[in-house]
Amino acid sequence: MGTAGYVIIGIVVILIVVFVGIYNTLVRKRNRVRNAWAQIDVQLKRRYDLIPNLVETAKGYMKHERGTLEAVTKARNLAQQAGAAGAGARAKVEGELSSVLSRLLAVVENYPDLKANQNFLAVQEELSSTENKISFSRQFYNDSVLRYNNQTQVFPSNVVAGMFRFKTEEFFEVTAAGEREAPKVSFT
Amino acid sequence: MWEQIRSNQIRSAVLVVLMGLLLLAIGYALGLYFLGSSTYGLILALVVWGVMNLVAFFQGDSILLGLSKAKKISRDDMPRLYNVVEEMKIASGLEKMPDIYIIDDPALNAFATGRNPDKAAVAVTAGLLQKLNRDELQGVVGHEMAHVKNRDVLLMAIAGVLLGTIVILAWYASRIMFYSSMSGGRRSSSGGGGQGQIIIFIVAIVLMILAPIAAQFIYFGISRKREYLADASSALYTRYPEGLASALEKLGASTSQLKSATKATAPMFIVNPFRKKGRAATDLSSTHPPISERIRILRSMAGGASYFDYEKAYGEVRGKGKTVLPAAAISAAGAVALRTARPEGPVAEPGKLERARETSDLLWRNSNYKTIRCECGTKLRIPPKFKAPTIRCPHCGRVNKV
Repeated sequence: MGTAGYVIIGIVVILIVVFVGIYNTLVRKRNRVRNAWAQIDVQLKRRYDLIPNLVETAKGYMKHERGTLEAVTKARNLAQQAGAAGAGARAKVEGELSSVLSRLLAVVENYPDLKANQNFLAVQEELSSTENKISFSRQFYNDSVLRYNNQTQVFPSNVVAGMFRFKTEEFFEVTAAGEREAPKVSFT
Repeated sequence: MWEQIRSNQIRSAVLVVLMGLLLLAIGYALGLYFLGSSTYGLILALVVWGVMNLVAFFQGDSILLGLSKAKKISRDDMPRLYNVVEEMKIASGLEKMPDIYIIDDPALNAFATGRNPDKAAVAVTAGLLQKLNRDELQGVVGHEMAHVKNRDVLLMAIAGVLLGTIVILAWYASRIMFYSSMSGGRRSSSGGGGQGQIIIFIVAIVLMILAPIAAQFIYFGISRKREYLADASSALYTRYPEGLASALEKLGASTSQLKSATKATAPMFIVNPFRKKGRAATDLSSTHPPISERIRILRSMAGGASYFDYEKAYGEVRGKGKTVLPAAAISAAGAVALRTARPEGPVAEPGKLERARETSDLLWRNSNYKTIRCECGTKLRIPPKFKAPTIRCPHCGRVNKV
């Protein structure tokens, strides 16, 4: 074999190494996106679990807020049913749930007895922290999606991504008005 | 976000080697002086260096936590702190929840330690829990979580243990040398006498004095840059630099000194634990960047919460052209919007008094005291040694069952 043969073999080997490297990076980034999505899911489920507890405790004190309480329960059930939907559709119902929840917690201000209830305080701490966790996991998810999507679109990794069908992922954007500008309550 | 980890790992290796060289220098001097042969001293130092590295790697975190008298807590002990830590764990993308420790001390401080992100711990003082609101606590915990995420923790543990070894060795050696030269007796049996011995003596003394200082310089040189990086990461995680800025303000203004801090553990803390009695933490400490400057940088981050914004703010505060973060970290980040301020709402945020109560309850419980609520509203703290079946309330005289 002549020099040309070695050069060709060398180039092929380098190409294979680069190819494998790109493929592995894509897989790693996609896994990070999936893992981040699972994190959001955990927190959303935790919120479904906490809401009935909150409504149950609040019911006894908030006689005049039946409408608000029902709206919260309804939004929760709707969000739970949308559990299998994609990131975009899910973000919408979850955003609505966040906004009715913050409305409920804003009127709690008018019920000092409820505010002194130990059980309520505990649920409230959990719920407000869960809200934070949702927004932090969303933040991490969106960062991961951005990195992954960039990778699938820039040259040369877009070639590999096209060959193995690495599709771009959807962002988890909140559209409901109540979520963006946090009201008086410390919910974000 | 992932690139600075690699540069940190390289620096960790460099640091371990440099510290090792210093230890060898001490061994050399000790060998010359006490054993009459530098070889034995070098071998001894090498063995000590190897053993201490192993100890630091496997036990460094527990040694440091033990030295700081930190106590581990669970979720039920303090849901608020646990939640804040979990929030930051999620924001930083760490996979495992770090252990949480409390230091029973009114000073305001915090540190992180551990071997790797899977085995990490975050420790905060009781004072911190009492004085900071949720946003501020989040900023501080975010800073500590960044140390875990950026793998600063292993470096800090190893450097802390090695520095401690060097300081202790040099201290004892210089004491022994001092006394033995005072009494005139010398164990060195190698002849030659006169001038040669005096030169060896001087070299040994100089090394003894310089080694610990040099070790501290190496340690500080690296820890300072890491503080900036951790601040930048905290701002990125929380999207709210003001939280950390106002926490640092409180930490800097506090005048109480952390009792359990030592020279070797000092650089691990978020702010330097040492201060002159009754005085606020000064800007003139070599272990940490000046607090006022860190606050100014955080408050100059008007455009966003990304590393790029932090770097820009750093340039504005320190003067154009100065850089602090690794270039790879800055270019990798996209635009990141800041979170709007969250007024300390009375609903989800316990006030100062509740925070103080919550923390003291936790500390009592941690030392195995039982708490009984008397009907008159008094809280009775029952020490673990108390064996009687009932106790009389000192306020109203009711008899309560233990």
